[in-house]
Amino acid sequence: MAKITAGVGVSHVPAIGVAMDTGITGQPYWQPVFEGFKFSRAWMKANKPDVIVLVYNDHCTAFSAECIPTFALGCAAEFAPADEGWGPRPVPVLKGHQKLASHIAQSVILDEFDLTIMNAMEVDHGATVPLSVMFGDMEAGDEWPCMVIPVCVNVVQYPPPTGNRCYNLGKAIRRAIDSYPEDLEVMVFGTGGMSHQLQAERAGLINEAWDTRFLDLFTQDPVAGSQIPHVEYMREAGSEGIEMVMWHVMRGALDDDVTEVHRHYHVPASNTAVGHIILENKT
Amino acid sequence: MAKKEYDDIPGTFVFDADRSREGYHLNMFCSTLRLAKNREAMQADPEGYLAGFPMSDAQAEAVRARDWNGMLALGGNIYYTSKLAAFDKINFQDLAAMMTGVSRDEYRDMMLSGGRSIEGNRYTSEWEKK
Repeated sequence: MAKITAGVGVSHVPAIGVAMDTGITGQPYWQPVFEGFKFSRAWMKANKPDVIVLVYNDHCTAFSAECIPTFALGCAAEFAPADEGWGPRPVPVLKGHQKLASHIAQSVILDEFDLTIMNAMEVDHGATVPLSVMFGDMEAGDEWPCMVIPVCVNVVQYPPPTGNRCYNLGKAIRRAIDSYPEDLEVMVFGTGGMSHQLQAERAGLINEAWDTRFLDLFTQDPVAGSQIPHVEYMREAGSEGIEMVMWHVMRGALDDDVTEVHRHYHVPASNTAVGHIILENKT
Repeated sequence: MAKKEYDDIPGTFVFDADRSREGYHLNMFCSTLRLAKNREAMQADPEGYLAGFPMSDAQAEAVRARDWNGMLALGGNIYYTSKLAAFDKINFQDLAAMMTGVSRDEYRDMMLSGGRSIEGNRYTSEWEKK
């Protein structure tokens, strides 16, 4: 049977991808950001999954103002890195696991989570940066070490789904994966955050105390974490900090009781506080 | 219109359905610029390209003036307007500096020293006192 082994929470700041793509990760500005992923890369090698369910948000790339699905599940055979205005990132195409993705779609829809099914989709930095930081440098012609099923969550147009809804979607994804007959090891990534605001006069807002409390709750009391109201994210963690609702999908897919094997927090990467956590299921 | 619970967050435009409706054509214009062929068309004839999108005169003027906060006030969203910034070769950090009215270096230094503090920046009432 398939099983979920671990969850990874990680920011997906585009400038982190740019730093890797331009080879400047050793510069004093970037060194402390990447230092925190050394452990993670070794851990990924030692615990390499067959499939990653990667929860992220599209930044007006695959979706424009014309179409804004609250949740969309990538069921395609592959997902190419998109041109977001600067040319596509020079990283490998993501290979999907179509059978598992279709199984998740059927299972969660019958579980009353009405996802949009994407049979063709390009992915932006929201999906590629988490893979880059966890797997290290890759060239466009390489292959990612495992398959990826992208799950997009709308956090661009207010309101995103609630933390509670995301948490419960994670539980539904867990039920889907637990019922998949093939032996597969699956990780779930929740991406975005931590505190940041990209827009208008309050841009640059960072709230380390709030982020720390979020991470503590996330590991120890995920139900309480999932109840944080939208207005609190926006006020305390910046208007774009609301991306953190996506982490709850990952947390919902894990056991209630998990082992926190790694945590990394650093300010800044561009406009953003970088947050990263690795949680392992005990079962 | 009824007061919204997030109206009292200072220096912030929450991109809700009302803003999305107002900014639709402005945002669609910006989103097309993520593709190279559209960037080339915009480069070749900015006015002609802009004319293809039925946005308001005020929105078009904000685009011409690169009034980044003005675009947001008129229904633009940062993830869309950042495509116009990318067209101008302006990255997110420099765009943020422009929106907050400080130089690139001042903004970068603020981020390196821990970012904009949450203290005094939660409520519009705190900004009015300044």
